[in-house]
This record gives sequence, C-alpha cells and structure tokens, in this order.
Amino acid sequence: MDKHMDTVIEVKELHRLFGDIRAVDGLTFEVQPGEVFGLLGPNGAGKTTTVRLLNGLLPPSSGSVRVFGLDPATQGEQVRQKTGVLTESPSHYERLSARENLTFYGTLTEIPEEKLTGRVNEMLAFFELDGRADDKVETYSKGMKQRLALARALLHQPPLLFLDEPTSGLDPEAAQQVNALIESLSHKGQTIILCTHNLTEAERLCDRVAVMNTGRVLALGSLVELSRKLWPATWVDVKFWEAPSASQFEAAKNFSGVKQVQVESALLSARLESKETIPAYVRHLVESGLSILSVNPRAHSLEDIYFAIQNGRKEGEQ
Amino acid sequence: MNWRSIRAIALKDYKEVRQNKAAWIPALVLPLIFAVAMPLGFTLLPQLIPTEDVAQEMGDLQDLIVLMPPAIQQIFAETSLEQGFIIYMTAFLFAPMFLIMPLMFSSIIGADSFVGERERKTMEALLYTPSSDGTLFMGKIIASVVPAILLSWFTYAVYIIVVNAASWPLFGRIWFPLPAWWPLMFWLTPAISLLGMAATVLISSRVKTFMEAYQLTGSLVIFVLLLMVGQISGVLYLGVFSTFAIGTLVWLVDAVLIYISVGTFNRTNLIAKI
Repeated sequence: MDKHMDTVIEVKELHRLFGDIRAVDGLTFEVQPGEVFGLLGPNGAGKTTTVRLLNGLLPPSSGSVRVFGLDPATQGEQVRQKTGVLTESPSHYERLSARENLTFYGTLTEIPEEKLTGRVNEMLAFFELDGRADDKVETYSKGMKQRLALARALLHQPPLLFLDEPTSGLDPEAAQQVNALIESLSHKGQTIILCTHNLTEAERLCDRVAVMNTGRVLALGSLVELSRKLWPATWVDVKFWEAPSASQFEAAKNFSGVKQVQVESALLSARLESKETIPAYVRHLVESGLSILSVNPRAHSLEDIYFAIQNGRKEGEQ
Repeated sequence: MNWRSIRAIALKDYKEVRQNKAAWIPALVLPLIFAVAMPLGFTLLPQLIPTEDVAQEMGDLQDLIVLMPPAIQQIFAETSLEQGFIIYMTAFLFAPMFLIMPLMFSSIIGADSFVGERERKTMEALLYTPSSDGTLFMGKIIASVVPAILLSWFTYAVYIIVVNAASWPLFGRIWFPLPAWWPLMFWLTPAISLLGMAATVLISSRVKTFMEAYQLTGSLVIFVLLLMVGQISGVLYLGVFSTFAIGTLVWLVDAVLIYISVGTFNRTNLIAKI
C-alpha cells in the first residue's frame, strides 16, 4: 500500500474528561496508510479511551478527531464500517459456535447476504478454526478465542484495524501465532493501531509509537527517532586484531566528534556525538594503523526508550 | 434503522437465552402449572367432590359474584353450581394471573439481553459494530417482546384447550374464552410484555448481573397481584371495557418508559458501564 495516500487518522489536541479525571489530555498524532502505530503505556494511560474516541463510542470533551476524514462523534456508523477492533478481552458469545458468532457480526457489519457464508468460511479456514467451526466457543482454548476475535475484527475487511492488547493472557505459543498474523497483515499493507504494554511485541511490530501516560503523549516517533531524541550521543564498540598501542589509543581519542573513549585489551568503546560519525571514525581508526575485526554501534531497545521516557516524566513531576 | 441487523440481533439474543437454562426453565415450568395443572384442578374438582361441598364453596363465592356487573351475574344465573364454580375460577379469578407470564418472559429475555450482554463482556464488541444505537435497541426490544408475546399466546391456547376439554362433561360445548379474554390476550398481554422489557432496560442501567435485573423486574408482579386482589374484592373487575382501559393505560406507561429508555440507551452510557 502507498504510504503517501491520505492520512488515516488525524488527532489534534484531543481531550476526554470523566468528571475531574483527564483520561485523554491533549493528544495529537497522525497515522498514515499501511502504518503499524503503537500506543504504549501502562494501564490507565488512556490507550483504550483513545480507541473508543476514534471509533465514536465516546464523544471528545474537546479537540478534533478525523478517521478517513470522518468525524467519529457524528459519523460513528461510517467510521466503524471502516474499522475492525480486537477488544482486550475476546468477548464472544460463548454459548454460540464460531460460525454463528462470525455470521452475526458479519450481518451487523453489513456484509451482503450472498457473500456472508463464503466470507465466514474463508475466515474460519484462514484462522484454522474450520475444524471446530460448529462447536460452542465456550469449549475453545484462549488461543482459539483470540484467533476468533481477530477473525471477527477482520471479517468485513476493514482498512483500519485496532488491536488492544492482542496477546494478553495468551501462552507463548499462542502469542507467537497472533504476532505472526499481525506481521503478515502488516506486510500486506494493513493499517494497524496496536495498544500494548508488551514492549518486545511493539518493537517487533510497530513502525512508530506514541508513549502515553495519564492521557498524554510523552514521546512520539519511530524507534530510531526516539532513540536519537533521547540519546543524541551514541556508543560504538570496536574490536581490534590486537590491543592498540599508546599512540594508537591517543589517535583514537583525538578525533572530532568523540566524547569519550575506553579501552580494554583489544576492545575499544567510544562515545560519539551521533551515529552519523561512525563511518568517518572507523576510517580514522584504520588510517591510524589499527586492524579492525568488528564494529558494533550500541542500539537502544524500545524498552530502554520507554523507561527513559516514563522515568523522565516521573523525574519531571518530582 | 437496519432491519437485517435488527433481525440478527433478535435471533442471536433468542439463541443465547435458549442456551441459558437459568432463564428458560422457570419460563417453561410456570406455563405448565398455569395452563395445565391449575385448570385441570379447577375443572375436575367440582366433578369429583360431592355437590353439597360445591354448593358450600359457591355460597362463599356468591358474596363475590354479587359485586360483579349485572351482565356477568347473568352468566352465573344460567349455570349449574359446578359450572359456576369452574367459570368463576378459570375465567375470572385466574385471569390476572396469566399476566405474570408476558411480564416474566419479557423480563427474563430482556435481562439476559441487556444485562447478560454486559455481564458476559460481549457488549463492547457489539458497540464497535457499525449498527446504530437505534438498531441495537430495536433488536433487543424485539428479542424480548416478541417471544414473550408468542409464548404467552401459546400458553393461552393450551389453557383454552385444557379448560374446554376438562369441563366438557359438564358443559358439553366450547364455552371458553369469555369475551373479556380477547382484550386480555391481544391488547393487555402485548402491553404487559413491553412493560416488562422497558422496566428491564431501565433497571439494567443500575444493576450488574442478570439475576439482579431479573429479581428487580420481578417486583412488577405486584401490579398483577393488585389486579387479582381487585378482582377478588370486586373493586376492579376484568371485563371487556376495563381490560381494554387497563391495557391502554399500560401502553401509555410503556410509551413513557420506552422514551426514557431510548434516552439512556446510547454508546456513551453503555460503554461507561463496561
């Protein structure tokens, strides 16, 4: 899917109050087609309220929301026609079968009668539920229920998919299956909003993330962008064939852009002002007569970024 | 409003309640008692006990019959003691009791539909569908009111058959239902069904479980008991006109309750309670 088509979601200064509680407090972000956008944050950060606002289940207290150019507060039915939502708990009609559940939701999402049976069968087969399609859902495992919930969210082929904690409560195997499904959807160009506090999952799946807390976006961007914002300087580990001599160590220190150098036997760790400096620095080391075995820039995981942001917020509050 | 979706919601709720034994077992037992056991008792009793005992019972009933309008008193004047006893018990005394059924059926299904949906955590997914609030509301009304009316009518049909069959040896003809039963069945019963459902919707916003909603709506039975007391004491007699008038009053109450319910049944209110 072309990433430069019209913006899927536009949120500006969005606020939602419940009495005195600010569930969403001045949210501003955009989501482009084909993007996997993560809403990260602890419980109570405002992720689920944001999803409800974007789907027209709640009207905003102030600010503006556009989903496919539509206002969810007044055009909720049209918006929900274009969205599929995987709620935090799978919430199926447990006394009905998977087929009955999907047929019911297919009718409500206005899939034409003549196409409904075919589409339901297609989804049951895709999510490997066709063998037990007519069994009551209450007899299903958690993983099967989650797959059925995904099938329900995708049944009417919505161009925008919201996934609220998609792997919550699943065993590692089932979680891996669900993540693989999300990845395959993402590769097909599906726009996805992923609400999660599973950072490994978000790092693997998301193009960009918004780190939220108490209804506010604390940071927004891709992993690289956030990492650069938080840590403009970067560490690089360089391994040599043999330990550098005193003059070579001096040469390694005397390079513009180097802030700090540590040497331990044949391993040199240098703190550079930015990642862009690395190639020139490596060239400088080679020209200084050092034989390089490997160069490893230290990357920050989403977990590092997330906690740096959340801790920064706490320190700011103190 | 989308009628295809309304139909799907109503059918889904019906399928769900059919699977809920706590809901349908009482709904099955009560009609069996009302439509079969009790009329059999009332009609066979005067045929099995000595005439003088029936006469003694009728003597007590005579005090109540004199309170009835003259046209009804005429019915008893033209019958034997045994026939009078059967008519009084099955066609008059027992009539208000039948209103418990539409009330019970609609409140059971309504409680399962409105509160059960929330209790089972399926409401949120339903709210994320494109269906309008009106479509969801209408689907749920139909889900609870239509089966309640149909089940009540079925129970009436069984009652009519049992009463006529069991009293055949005494009457030798089909004498039941009396005229007042027609507005009872086709005017008051649908109104009462709607009353049970509307009360459930209002109650559902204040309770958390199906059983709480069911028990609270059960308090509406007081209305039926008042009708019965009115009937026994002669204060309010369920004739054609009075039944029609009570039905009209209930329909008006329904309209007010539905109006209030529609106002409360919206996504913002519903999502707040999840």
